[in-house]
Amino acid sequence: MFNAILLASDGSNHALRATDKAILLAKHNPDAVITIVYIVDSSKSKSDVLHHSNPIEIDQRRKEKLLLTEQKIKKASIAYEVKILHGEPGPAIVKYANGNNIDICVIGSRGLNSLQEMVLGSVSHKVAKRANCPVMIVK
Amino acid sequence: MNIESIKQNWFGNVKGDVLAGMVVALALIPEAIAFSIIAGVDPMVGLYASFCIAVIISFVGGRPAMISAATGAMALLMVTLVADYGLQYLLAATILTGIIQIVMGYLKIAKFMKFVPRSVMIGFVNALAILIFMAQLEHFVGESWQMYAMVGGALVVIYLLPKLTKIVPSPLVAIIVITIVAIYTGSEVRTVGDMGELTQALPIFLIPSIPLTLETLMIIFPVSLALAIVGLLESFLTAQIVDDMTDTESNKNKEAKGQGAANIVTGFFGGMAGCAMIGQSVINVKSGGNGRLSTLTAGVFLMILILVFNDLLVQIPMAALVGVMIMVSIGTFDWSSLTTIHLMPKSDAVVMIVTVVTVVWTHDLSKGVFAGIILSAIFFAAKISKVDVKSIMVEGGKKKIYHVHGQLFFASVTDFVNCFDFKEDIDMIDLDLKNAHLWDDSAVGAIDKIVLKYKENGTIVHVLGLNEDSSTLIKKRAVYNKENVKIANH
Repeated sequence: MFNAILLASDGSNHALRATDKAILLAKHNPDAVITIVYIVDSSKSKSDVLHHSNPIEIDQRRKEKLLLTEQKIKKASIAYEVKILHGEPGPAIVKYANGNNIDICVIGSRGLNSLQEMVLGSVSHKVAKRANCPVMIVK
Repeated sequence: MNIESIKQNWFGNVKGDVLAGMVVALALIPEAIAFSIIAGVDPMVGLYASFCIAVIISFVGGRPAMISAATGAMALLMVTLVADYGLQYLLAATILTGIIQIVMGYLKIAKFMKFVPRSVMIGFVNALAILIFMAQLEHFVGESWQMYAMVGGALVVIYLLPKLTKIVPSPLVAIIVITIVAIYTGSEVRTVGDMGELTQALPIFLIPSIPLTLETLMIIFPVSLALAIVGLLESFLTAQIVDDMTDTESNKNKEAKGQGAANIVTGFFGGMAGCAMIGQSVINVKSGGNGRLSTLTAGVFLMILILVFNDLLVQIPMAALVGVMIMVSIGTFDWSSLTTIHLMPKSDAVVMIVTVVTVVWTHDLSKGVFAGIILSAIFFAAKISKVDVKSIMVEGGKKKIYHVHGQLFFASVTDFVNCFDFKEDIDMIDLDLKNAHLWDDSAVGAIDKIVLKYKENGTIVHVLGLNEDSSTLIKKRAVYNKENVKIANH
């Protein structure tokens, strides 16, 4: 059984589709907990700090992005938690998954920024390559 | 601070800190040289500054893993002083900047940061980016096509190399490649050596040779004050970004004092004033640095590089540095502010634009910041000066209740008083101030005027629902409740 499910989300539509699959995995398992992981990379850090006056507001804005994701999981009455991690998306997800006994990572095939993907390579591939657990890439 | 936390701050991440520090040192060289050229001093001045500031701040700064060195924002403020009075005055101004920053640190300047609106900070970084870019344009004047080709080549390396590898900083590779090309082709483009002297020596302690007179102070003080403010503003912003990136907190007032100490030492060792750098700090954290050792390594390794590679540094073509500076300005500019400007509140957008225009116009970041702060204060006052007055007729038209919502102060009273028609034919008025706040004499005056004007007309006004502050003010200053007073004719 997949009990500890990591769902990587940036609030995009791709991430929402991944959310549906994560719910599917958790649905008939009362022990399942979904950990929604939101990654803040350096450029996001920079612009978030520049555009918001204090850490409370920044935190709030970031959690707002995950509102739809949270609602979906809540509606399916599955236990979940939200983790905001700092760093490069790929390595940060891998590090968290490998360090927290995650049973499966669920991740959208593509994030918000296709230009970034072209330059940096896709996050989902990095995770698939380096995570110790099964990884589900949702198309 | 106990031994344990000192140990953690210094040696909690030795490998990561040393490696990141070395990457930063490599990335600092071109910037330190280029910022010296912007300021109009020898490249050595910026390099010494970057060494001194990084080393000192690693011990006394409030934000571990933040990188401070010679910066563009500071260099831009020095241009006129250097051109008119020369290097010695700049060194004196640098020391004075440090003293001002230490004083500000003791006065807990960090808490005033919250009064600098975000739109001003966005304007600040955008204006900085524009100024750095504009400062590069003069290097193209009178140059051949080779200059353009080399700048283009440098930019291609800078932006394409990270796709292949991110181990070495791409700006450094760009500089090496362009330098090799320039030497190999025997191109006649200008080099760093043409812009000033680069000595192969450690900085030495010197007291700036300036006349210690009031006149000197009058010359350097305005510059130092601007440097101190801009330096702290950028340092605090950088500290907030590093705080967020590392998910930790930092002591901003300690950072202010640290910046001051670093600038004082730098001034005595022949360096120009500097501050924290957003770009370099981000590079440091991304490369794995999170302790004080990373900043120290950056400074020390930078000095080693200067001493070892001195002969090569003078051969770097200006074209390569211009390429790096264009990258710096692109990286500094907040591009999201362009794409979201139509979503911003209009007043925020105006404040941002005014900040940028003021800076570009005056070439002085501190003036832009002041213009932005003052303008946003006015906008704020205008926004909260909207007072909402609603009235209800009761008791068959004999009595009226006015509900007042909002802040009563000098900017809002005129509109507030105009909400009342003193000629209306009623016996009694209840002025409900439960949801209002009286802030100053103008507010009290307005209440006086309303009560007494109605009184002239035979209408009795009851002032109700005053909160504590407002009623204290009324007790002290109001006249309407005293006997036999009439409104003055004004």
